Amino acid sequence: MVVRFWGTRGSIPVAMTTAQVQRKLVAALTRAAGRVLDTPQKVREFVERDLGFAVSHTFGGNSSCVQIDAGGSEYTLCDLGSGARVFGNDLQAARGPSGHTFHVLMSHPHWDHVMGFPFFMPAYTEGNRIVIYGCHPALSEAFRRQNAAPFFPVEYARMTATIEFVQLEPERDYEINGARVRAKLQRHGGDSYGYRIEQNGKVVVYSTDSEHKQDDPAEVMGFVEFFRNADLVIFDSQYSLADAISIKEDWGHSSNIVGVELCQLARARRLCLYHHEPIFDDERIAALLDETRRLEEITRADHRVEVSAAWDGLEIVL
Amino acid sequence: MDLAHTRIAGTTVLSPAGRIDHATAEAFKAALAPHVARCAAGQDRLVLDFGAVEYISSAGLRVLMLAAKQAKVQGGILAVAALQPIVREIFEISRFTLVLNVFATLDEALAA
Ligand SMILES: [Zn+2]
Ligand SMILES: [Zn+2]
Repeated sequence: MVVRFWGTRGSIPVAMTTAQVQRKLVAALTRAAGRVLDTPQKVREFVERDLGFAVSHTFGGNSSCVQIDAGGSEYTLCDLGSGARVFGNDLQAARGPSGHTFHVLMSHPHWDHVMGFPFFMPAYTEGNRIVIYGCHPALSEAFRRQNAAPFFPVEYARMTATIEFVQLEPERDYEINGARVRAKLQRHGGDSYGYRIEQNGKVVVYSTDSEHKQDDPAEVMGFVEFFRNADLVIFDSQYSLADAISIKEDWGHSSNIVGVELCQLARARRLCLYHHEPIFDDERIAALLDETRRLEEITRADHRVEVSAAWDGLEIVL
Repeated sequence: MDLAHTRIAGTTVLSPAGRIDHATAEAFKAALAPHVARCAAGQDRLVLDFGAVEYISSAGLRVLMLAAKQAKVQGGILAVAALQPIVREIFEISRFTLVLNVFATLDEALAA
């Protein structure tokens, strides 16, 4: 199973600024001083080997969209944030415009999780089929409304793909595109749902836009069970713990600290930090990842959790 | 949770010990409550001597945050002192060093 991240930014898409680009260039060129980098090949090796992630890469700025690829001919996505636009374009360029089936698991219809759909080109192509699954009763309404005046110039009816909505109930197992899928209610304004996706003996949990108060042992254990022995937990770590329980209490997001704790209790193998704070630049997110790895190390008992931070373009092979 | 306490010149010093985690956070909260209730304007300051605390989880940090908020509303002063290196790192990573009064040693907390 391959998990492919198309959009990893929380709340609103962001773009790198000129100042940020120039900071990377200055850091890279300073590092290159005195080296003989006289061919593109040598430069490429230097970039890949000698520059840290925050200089040679970017976490990217698209909002939530993750592909779960278990090798079948149909596609499974979690959420349709602005990353879905890139996914749709890539797919049509590589595999042709039509004849595709998409299964989309929606965490909730907040703007940053649906805004990619009006720009999802396969939806405007006849011969494609899009099945959108979710636990919110008004999900189809949310999609119709954003593809309508005064929000958007192209009406929903102009989407010529076959679009279906399937209402799910939380805490029940479904078979979707060959995977066993279970949804769980999460604490978030207007509710959100996490998904546990099991296929070919691998387990991925997609849990974003989820606040954890950690003051009710039954609620904690509910999430521990949901994350139990997962190969990968994709986790909303937008805030620091201090912010999440003070000024940003009830804003609906969680922290790296809670992610590490829940994955340790659940004996999950990997934790992937997700839904990054839009004001954080690449250095800041890279530093947060380092800190989270350190936290996992100093609080580890007999189970190691491998920690990563999602970026637009990341693939995790399970 | 056993919360040893002493009084030093207008300051009540509490000394929790061991792990403050999901299993013990509630007991820590209950033991702390009567002291926080008295942490008000014109009353003793409250210092938590963390020298014997080996680990604190998010649930334990939440108890501290609520205690600090309550003390502030009451016009009292609550501080934490003498964190062990691991606990100090947990405070830094969770950004609690930015929202709580944290002192390197008990003496510094008492002198503040
Ligand atoms: Zn979101
Ligand atoms: Zn949301």
